[in-house]
This record gives sequence, structure tokens and C-alpha cells, in this order.
Amino acid sequence: MKARVTVTLKAGVLDPQGQAIQGSLKSLGFAGVGAVRQGKVFDILLEGTDEAAARADLTRMCEALLANTVIENYAIEIVP
Amino acid sequence: MNATVIVFPGSNRDRDMIAALTAIGGKPPRVVWHQSDALPPSDLIVVPGGFSYGDYLRSGAIAARSPIMQKVRERAEAGVPVLGVCNGFQILTEAGLLPGVLMRNASLRFVCREVKLSVENTDSVFTSGYRPGAVIRCPVAHHDGNYFTDDETLARIEGEGQVAFRYAQGTNPNGSRNDIAGVFNDRRTVLGLMPHPENLIENAHGGIDGRPLFEALLKAA
Repeated sequence: MKARVTVTLKAGVLDPQGQAIQGSLKSLGFAGVGAVRQGKVFDILLEGTDEAAARADLTRMCEALLANTVIENYAIEIVP
Repeated sequence: MNATVIVFPGSNRDRDMIAALTAIGGKPPRVVWHQSDALPPSDLIVVPGGFSYGDYLRSGAIAARSPIMQKVRERAEAGVPVLGVCNGFQILTEAGLLPGVLMRNASLRFVCREVKLSVENTDSVFTSGYRPGAVIRCPVAHHDGNYFTDDETLARIEGEGQVAFRYAQGTNPNGSRNDIAGVFNDRRTVLGLMPHPENLIENAHGGIDGRPLFEALLKAA
């Protein structure tokens, strides 16, 4: 089973890297680019076929390591 | 003083810290590798600066989950003073021993210069050697020193006297909320700070404003 975990900054947390990326996109001539928020994606291969158990494990992984919940949110997706 | 310095792959300010502790503490500290699960009896545990695990994932995140940190947590709970400098501060926040998080500098630039710090609370084993309200010199060298926490936690740590050091007005090098440069845990037995007091302890360094921190720890040991 394959899972994708997406970690993003919480709303209201300053993202200077996102701002720099936004500035760079504008300088490349892309018009109409609004705020850019950057984050991380983890593709994780898991043994087993129990999706509910996998989600429970992934939630624990996010809370323990993959995200710092002081500043970050996470989303878990099971990839078919 | 029986001090212990924890070393991770990528630590690089451990030798400066060992030199400072040896010079002021009277004997060399023990040095413990991160994979050890044995921590010698200690009057002080120091997590030094550097780039543990290459800052992979988040600064300090991997180091904070290494075996030795569970032992550090137990000692901290027992009241043993724990000092984290720079990457050590990042590791202690990631380990949950200190509130908040150190984010990428607001300028996105690595800053390496001297700043001025105001000593915000002298009622701790780390800061009792400073005069209340003192402004001291201290070098900083970091990319991820932008202290952040939510409004509720910020109000709590401000109210409880957990802000140890603040960048003096106009010298905030990284965008930290409320100019915070160093914080205590709620019992003020754990201190993390981004500046490097170990690099300002003898006249050859250009100043000795870091000495009172180590001298106070020696006195308390």
C-alpha cells in the first residue's frame, strides 16, 4: 500500500520561503500569481492491506515526526 | 562541575562548548554520543550547536528523536539543568522540552554577527549571574532562528517569566516573535537560546559577556 502525506504550514504562520517563491514566479513573468505557501510531501510504502490501520499508523507518524504541529498541518491520502 | 555534552552527527559547536565548560567548570565535560542510552550523573546537560542530521526534515527534528534524548528528558524532569544552544535550542523545542519552534530566518539569510541581548529574567540557575535588565553582547550564527509560537503560548511564556533573553531593540536578526532569543521551560531548569555564550568567555574572544552564564551554573552545581 502506498500513502502520500502532505505537510503544510498552518494559516497565519509566516512563510518567507513561499514569499520568495512567489517573487521569483512574478519575476519570471507569470502574471496573476497570488500568495504561495510551500510545504512537504512524503510518499510512504506500507506493508499490509488494512487501510484503517494504515491511516492510524500514519497519523501517529505525523504526530511523532513528520509534522511539527506547533506550525504545521498534515493530510493523509492512501494512494490506490 | 560534572557537565555532559551530547554530540550528534553534524554537531559542530561541541568543541567550543567543551572548551568553555573546561575553562570555567574546572574540568572537561563528559561527551556522550547520541546513540548511547547511558547518561552519566551530571550537574548540567548541554546540547550544543551545529547542523545535526544536516537539518533534514526540520532543524533538530531527527536529533530530538534519538535514543539519548529520552534520557535527557528523564533528567530534565528530575530537575537537572539542560542547556541548548543554537541547534541545541532547536533540538530541545523539537523534543518538546521547550515551547515553540525555530523557523527559517525571515530574511531567508544565514546570519553570522554579534547582537545585543537583554537579560529578561535573572531568576534561574542560568541567568542569576547577570544584573536584572542587563544588555550583553553575544554572537549569533544560524539560518533557522526565527522563534515562533501561537498567541496563547506566547502570552503564557511572557506571563510566566519564561523569556530568558530578548534581542535588544532593533537588533532582531531573524524575525523572532517579541524579539525572543532564548526561553526557559516552566520551571526555568531548561534553557534554549540561539546566540552562543560559549563564544564570548575570554578576552581573546573580544569579550566575556558569556561567562556569567557558565559561572552561575558552576555555582549552582
